[in-house]
Amino acid sequence: MLELYGHQVSSRLLLGTALYPSPAIMAEAITASGAEIVTVSLRRETSGGKTGGKFWSLIQSLGVRVLPNTAGCHSVKEAVTTAKMAREVFGTDWIKLEVIGNHDTLQPDVFGLVEAAKILAAEGFDVFPYTTDDLVVAGRLLDVGCKLLMPWCAPIGSARGPQNLDALRSLRGHFPDVPLIVDAGIGRPSHAATVMELGYDAVLLNTAVAKAGDPVAMASAFGKAIEAGRQAFRAGPLEARDMAVPSTPVIGMAAFS
Amino acid sequence: MKVLIRGAGVAGLTLAHELATRGASVTVVDIRRQIAGNASWQAGGMLAPWCERESAEETVLSLGRGAADWWSAALPGHVMRNGTLVVAPARDAGELDRFGRRTSGYRAIDAEAIAALEPDLEGSFTRALFFAEEAHLDPRRALLELQQKLVEMGVRFDFGYGAVHSRSADVEADCTGITGRLTGLRGVRGEMLILKTSEVALARPVRLLHPRIPVYVVPRSGNLFMVGATMIESDAAGPITARSVLELLNAAYALHPAFGEAELVETGTGIRPAFADNLPRVERDGNTIRINGLYRHGFLLAPAMAHKAAAMILGTETEKERAHEAHH
Repeated sequence: MLELYGHQVSSRLLLGTALYPSPAIMAEAITASGAEIVTVSLRRETSGGKTGGKFWSLIQSLGVRVLPNTAGCHSVKEAVTTAKMAREVFGTDWIKLEVIGNHDTLQPDVFGLVEAAKILAAEGFDVFPYTTDDLVVAGRLLDVGCKLLMPWCAPIGSARGPQNLDALRSLRGHFPDVPLIVDAGIGRPSHAATVMELGYDAVLLNTAVAKAGDPVAMASAFGKAIEAGRQAFRAGPLEARDMAVPSTPVIGMAAFS
Repeated sequence: MKVLIRGAGVAGLTLAHELATRGASVTVVDIRRQIAGNASWQAGGMLAPWCERESAEETVLSLGRGAADWWSAALPGHVMRNGTLVVAPARDAGELDRFGRRTSGYRAIDAEAIAALEPDLEGSFTRALFFAEEAHLDPRRALLELQQKLVEMGVRFDFGYGAVHSRSADVEADCTGITGRLTGLRGVRGEMLILKTSEVALARPVRLLHPRIPVYVVPRSGNLFMVGATMIESDAAGPITARSVLELLNAAYALHPAFGEAELVETGTGIRPAFADNLPRVERDGNTIRINGLYRHGFLLAPAMAHKAAAMILGTETEKERAHEAHH
């Protein structure tokens, strides 16, 4: 079981709720994926939380836990205000904190992120910070009260998969006891399996499922890949070698020449 | 047979037309003072079932492919059959591939063919998808013209708050969209704007693909261009947000820089009625028939839904239609 801010989950997939062909397909995909946590954008999906009640009640009916996010916020103030609104609307202290630094690439503004995380953690929020794979920023986020980290593995929506495995390994190595969730950049189940094999605790994704040819089937594929990656990590993957090693004794050949 | 239709949007008017042409006595009532301003009024007016297949189910294509013919027959001269052009900025070329994989009924064309179709887009895009069978109309002119035609056919119209109180009819048809408050119905907010410029001319709707903000530009007479539309899970009908204006204008500007100099003559917000599967329904409940859930496909799917509802009302539905109904 994975524990996130005192809450135990058995699925290591967190799924976004945007961009699906219809809410019915979204609901089916969530169920097929086995995800127990879904992210919801207060701003873009519910128009500032003013209404959007039907969509919200459909998500509630799935019995999953909601992780509201601050998608679309470009400043500390905006992100903090949105987080507070999300707490009111969704009735949870959980917040996926996004402070966007570049409108075009949606790259996180890590300076604003640390500042906003500090304010929100002090106000009792359970902050899930969407960050880059930078080790120093990760340390600062933990210093200001985050109990877990959500590094990207590639730019959001790019579907490129892990771009810097060394950075991801380094984060895992430096923070062995902090839940690490890869958020953003996953395109295929094999990408998700790769980061899970590195020992990451969970994966958060949205576009790769929502915009797949068959979102429900892809959600199920991701669920399986993430479980496989986790199991492989626990089983201890074999180290890679530079050359072939026969698995049976080589008799009658000059094996040591 | 006396039929009372509640709602003078595209669903109500197409149903009135189906019923009146078959000899029913039809009255249309609407709580609004006039047709202008409802969700249909804010529509793009694209009759583009092949493009819509990108995010919609097969049903939308099968129900919508006859729409252009229906509108041409009902309102001769209103339908422009120039197809749809789908383009993407160079950096989002992958979106064009994805769109092509999910749809059919198009030709992949190059820069030269783009320039031949839309001279004003020459040099802006190296490749595009051309959906030659698609069509479009001006939804506002179509609604007003259809109302006028219905009046001439003897259909009564009654507008305003006082009009909607109950009155005698053999059958009532509820075509009130999001105001119908049906179980399972939700609102999907759509925002659009209208630009006016004589510096750009387009012969057909152009869809500009983008991973986050897909936008279409539909040419209308009088140098007008409708730019739409946002899709927000909300039934809040308030004014368009600054962000939505920015995104829509940005996309229009990306399509052609001259849109930067256009006059922004109107912004609008409409609430699309949708069920969870984003597919429309015709339902019967005693003497009441309901057409709802047309979502973003009002002008595209209203004819097929009206045809189905009229058959239910007049008792002329085929065995196949009945079986289909039972299936739902």
